[in-house]
Amino acid sequence: MQRAIDIKGADATRPRSEAIAFVLMAVALIVAPMFAYPVFLMKALCFALFACAFNLLIGYVGLLSFGHALFFGWSAYVGAHAAKVWGFPPELAILSGTATAAGLGTIVGALAIRRQGIYFAMITLALAQMMYFFAVQAPFTHGEDGIQAVPRGRLFGSIDLANQTNMYVTVLVIFLGCFLLIYRIINSPFGEVLKAIRENETRAISLGYKTERYKLVAFVLSATFAGVAGSTKALVFQLASLTDVDWPMSGEVILMTLVGGLGTLFGPVAGAFFVVTLENYLTTIGQWVFVVQGVIFVVCVLLFRRGIVGELAHLMRIKL
Amino acid sequence: MFEIFGISSQALFGQLLIGLINGSFYALLSLGLAVIFGMLNIINFTHGAQYMLGAFTAFFLLQHAGLGYWWALIIAPLVVGATGVIIERLFLQWLYKLDHLYGLLLTFGLALIIEGTFRNFFGSSGLPYSVPSALQGGQNLGFMFLPNYRAWVVVFSLAVCLTTWFVIERTKLGSYLRAATENPTLVRAFGINVPRMITLTYGFGVALAALAGVMAAPIYNVSPQMGANLIIVVFAVVVIGGMGSIMGAIVTGFGLGIIEGLTKVFFPEASNTVIFIVMAIVLLIRPAGLFGRGA
Repeated sequence: MQRAIDIKGADATRPRSEAIAFVLMAVALIVAPMFAYPVFLMKALCFALFACAFNLLIGYVGLLSFGHALFFGWSAYVGAHAAKVWGFPPELAILSGTATAAGLGTIVGALAIRRQGIYFAMITLALAQMMYFFAVQAPFTHGEDGIQAVPRGRLFGSIDLANQTNMYVTVLVIFLGCFLLIYRIINSPFGEVLKAIRENETRAISLGYKTERYKLVAFVLSATFAGVAGSTKALVFQLASLTDVDWPMSGEVILMTLVGGLGTLFGPVAGAFFVVTLENYLTTIGQWVFVVQGVIFVVCVLLFRRGIVGELAHLMRIKL
Repeated sequence: MFEIFGISSQALFGQLLIGLINGSFYALLSLGLAVIFGMLNIINFTHGAQYMLGAFTAFFLLQHAGLGYWWALIIAPLVVGATGVIIERLFLQWLYKLDHLYGLLLTFGLALIIEGTFRNFFGSSGLPYSVPSALQGGQNLGFMFLPNYRAWVVVFSLAVCLTTWFVIERTKLGSYLRAATENPTLVRAFGINVPRMITLTYGFGVALAALAGVMAAPIYNVSPQMGANLIIVVFAVVVIGGMGSIMGAIVTGFGLGIIEGLTKVFFPEASNTVIFIVMAIVLLIRPAGLFGRGA
C-alpha cells in the first residue's frame, strides 16, 4: 500500500510519458539483438550515451561545447591502455578512462566557463584541438595506428566479455544506468538551477546562485558521462584511435543531439541511432559522408530545430 | 651568418619570417571573423572553407582561364565574396533572431559540405601553385635569405589589414557600420539600408578569407583541407584578442604568428600547441581577452 502511494506521488510530479517511453526504450533494446547486429547496437548505444552526456550541457545549461571528442577520445585511450598494458579488468579500465575524462573536464571546464556564449564553443574547440595534438605526439597512443587489439577481459573476474551477448548486456546496463542517472540529475533541484541558468543567467545570479560553480559541475558531469561512453566504446571495438579525439567527432555528437532534439531526454538516443544507421549505409560513399552530415546540419538548423523527438513531443503534446 | 643562443641566425630569422607569414593569415582571417561577428552576431565557421575556396579559385583561374596570380588576387575575393552574399541571403538571414549557437552550427554544416565536396574531387594531397614570376627569387640580407614572395605576403596583408582598419574606424562608411553594430534599429530609422549592409559585410569578410587563400596558395599547396585546421587556430586567436577591436585582431594575429615561429626554433614539440597554451594563460589572467570589452 505504501508503495502504491509512492508511485502515485511520483506520478504527480513527473510526467508519465517519460516513464512509459523509458520502458519502451528498454524493452526495445533488450529484444533488439534478435533483429540487428550486436556490434552495431553497441556502437549506437555508446554514441547514444555520448550524445546524452553532451545534451546535459547544451540542452539543460545552454552551453555549446565544440570539444567533447576530447573527453570521449582520451577516455578511450586511457581505458584501452589500462586494459591492454596495465592488464586492468574491464570495470577498472572503464573507471580509469572515466576518471581521466572527469579530470580533463575539470580543467577544460574551469577555463571555458570564464567566457560566455560563442566564446565558450571556440575555447572548448581550441582546447580539444590542443589535446588532439598531444594525442598525436604521446607515445602510448601509437599515433596513426591507435591502441589496437584491446582485450575485453572478464567483468568482475567472472563474466567473459569476449562473448558478444555478455558484452551487449554490459553495454546495455551501463547505458541504461547512466541514462537514469542523467534523468535524475536533470530532475533534481540542481537540474532546476541549471535550467534557470539556461533561461536567464543574470536572473539566476541575482537570486543568489553562484552560476559559475553550477556550470562547472554540469561541465564535469557531462565530461564524465562522455568518458564512460568513450572507454566503453574502446572495449567494444577493442580500439582507441585518433578518430575518437579529432574535431569531426565533436561535430558528430553535436549532429546526433541536434537531429534528435536539443534539450529532450530521448532526443540524443534517437539522434545517435539515426546518425549511426545512416553512416552504416553510407560507408561505401567515402568522403560524401561529410557532405551528407553538413546537409543535415543545415536542414536541422533552418527547418527542424526541435529535432525528431522534439517534433514528436510537440505533436503529441507530451514531454519526452 | 652568426649565432644567437646557439641557434644560427638563418634558422631563427627564417622561422620568424614563417611566423610572420602565418601571422598574416591569422590576422586576415580573425579580422574577417571579427567584422562578420560585429554585424551578424554569427561566428563564421565556414571561414576556413572560404579561405580554401580562394586558393582553389586562383588554381582554377590559372588552369582553365590562363589568368595568373595578379588576376586571382582581384577575381578570387570577388567570386568567393559573391558566394558569401548568396550564402547570407539563402541561409544566414533567417538566424539573426535565434541563439548564437545556431549560426555556428549552420556555418559548421556549410564548411563540412564545401570541404567534403572538394575532398571528393581533389583528394587530400595538395596541388602546386607557383610563385608569380615577378616575385621569384629573393634577397640575401646578410643574416638571412629573404624570398621576395614571402616579403610581399607580409607587406601586402599588413596593408590590407590597415586599410580595413582605416575604413572601419576612420571613414563615414565605417561609422555607419559601427553604428549598425551598436544599434541596428536606430540606424535603420535614419534611412540606412541595414540588411543590405549586413549582406555586404558578410561578403566582405568572406572576401578577406579568399584573399588570404590566394596569398597562401604559392606557400602551402592548394588542398581541400588547408582551411579546416587553420580555422581552429584562428578561433583561438580570436579568443585571445577578443572580437571587440579591429586593431586588436590584427595585432594579436601577427603577434601569435611570431610567438609560434619562435616556438618552432626553441621548443619545436610545442609549435602545434603553443597558441592554445597562450589562449589558456590569457583566459586565466584576462578572461575578457587582450582587447576584449567584457565577455
